[in-house]
Amino acid sequence: MNVLKYLFVGFVFGIVLTKSEAVSWYRIYEMFQFQSFHMYGIIMVAVVTGVIGIQIIKRNNIKDSKGLPIEIQEKEPGSARFWIGGIFFGLGWALVGSCPGPIFILIGAGFLPVLLVLFGALLGTFIYGIVKDKLPH
Amino acid sequence: MEIIFQTWTWYVSGFLIGMVMLSLVYFGKSFGMSSNLSTLCSMTGIGKRVAFFNFDWQAQRWNLLVVLGAVLGGFVAAHFMSDASNVSINPKTIAQLAQMGIDAPNGKLMPDALFGNAIFESPKMILILIIGGVLIGFGTRYASGCTSGHAISGLSNLQIKSLKAVIGFFIGGLLMSHFLLPLILKL
Repeated sequence: MNVLKYLFVGFVFGIVLTKSEAVSWYRIYEMFQFQSFHMYGIIMVAVVTGVIGIQIIKRNNIKDSKGLPIEIQEKEPGSARFWIGGIFFGLGWALVGSCPGPIFILIGAGFLPVLLVLFGALLGTFIYGIVKDKLPH
Repeated sequence: MEIIFQTWTWYVSGFLIGMVMLSLVYFGKSFGMSSNLSTLCSMTGIGKRVAFFNFDWQAQRWNLLVVLGAVLGGFVAAHFMSDASNVSINPKTIAQLAQMGIDAPNGKLMPDALFGNAIFESPKMILILIIGGVLIGFGTRYASGCTSGHAISGLSNLQIKSLKAVIGFFIGGLLMSHFLLPLILKL
C-alpha cells in the first residue's frame, strides 16, 4: 500500500473543504436557509465532475492504478434505510454543521469542541451496530 | 499568492472535490468518510460482541490514511492559508443568527457560541454537540453513507438509492435548520 498517495488525497480534501468553507457551520446553516448558492454550487460541480469522470472510466474500461478493472461498488439494497437514515443524518448535519469528513478536518483545524461531535458520531455508529437488526431497511 | 488566502470559489472547490473522489476510484477504492467511524469502532475490538463491527478493519487502513491527511490539511489550511476576510455570509443570515444568540462570522469558520472553548463549561452545549454527533453517526451508518458516499460518489454513479438518501439529508436538514434549531437554542 502506497501510504503517501492516500495521505496526499486526504490532505488535498482537507485543504479544499477548509478553503471552500464547506466545513463551516455558518455555510451549512446558510445553505439550509437557502440564503447562498455557494454550497449548492460546490456540490453540483463536484457531482458533474464525478458523473463525467465515472462515464469516461466506464466507457473506456479504464483500469485502476494496479491494472485491475474498476468496479464501482453498488450501495447496499433497501429503501427505507436511505430515507430514514438520511433524515437522521440531515438533522445532525444541520445541528452541528458537519458531516463525517469535516469532523476530522475541523479537529485538525484546532476546534476542540468538535471532539465532542466525534465522540457522539462514534457513539451513534456504535448504537446503529447494536440495534441494526431491529430497524427497517 | 492571493489565491492561497482567499475563499476558494464554488466551481474550483467543487471540481477539486470531484477529483478527490475520482482519484480514490482510480486507486481502486471509493470515496466515503463515514465508514471510517465504523472502522474506528471496530479497532477497539468491539466486533467480538457486536457482529456489525466484526470485520477486518486493517483492510480499511487506506481510508484512515485519507482521514489523517484530511486532519493535516485542515491544520495547514486553518493555520497558514486563512485570512480575516474569509467566511462572509449573507447579511440576512447574520441577522437571523443574532436573534438566536449566535455571533457573526467576521472571517471565522465557526461560531464561538457553539464551538468556542467556553462551551466546555456549558452542559447544554456539550449535550447539543454530542447529540448532533450521535445523529450523524447513527444516520450515516443507517443510510450507509454521508455527503461523500451518497451525495458525491453515489450521485456521480447515478444511483437512485443515493438520491433517496440525499433527499433524506435535506428533509432532516431543513427540519432542523428551520424549526428545531431555534427551539433548541432557546432552551
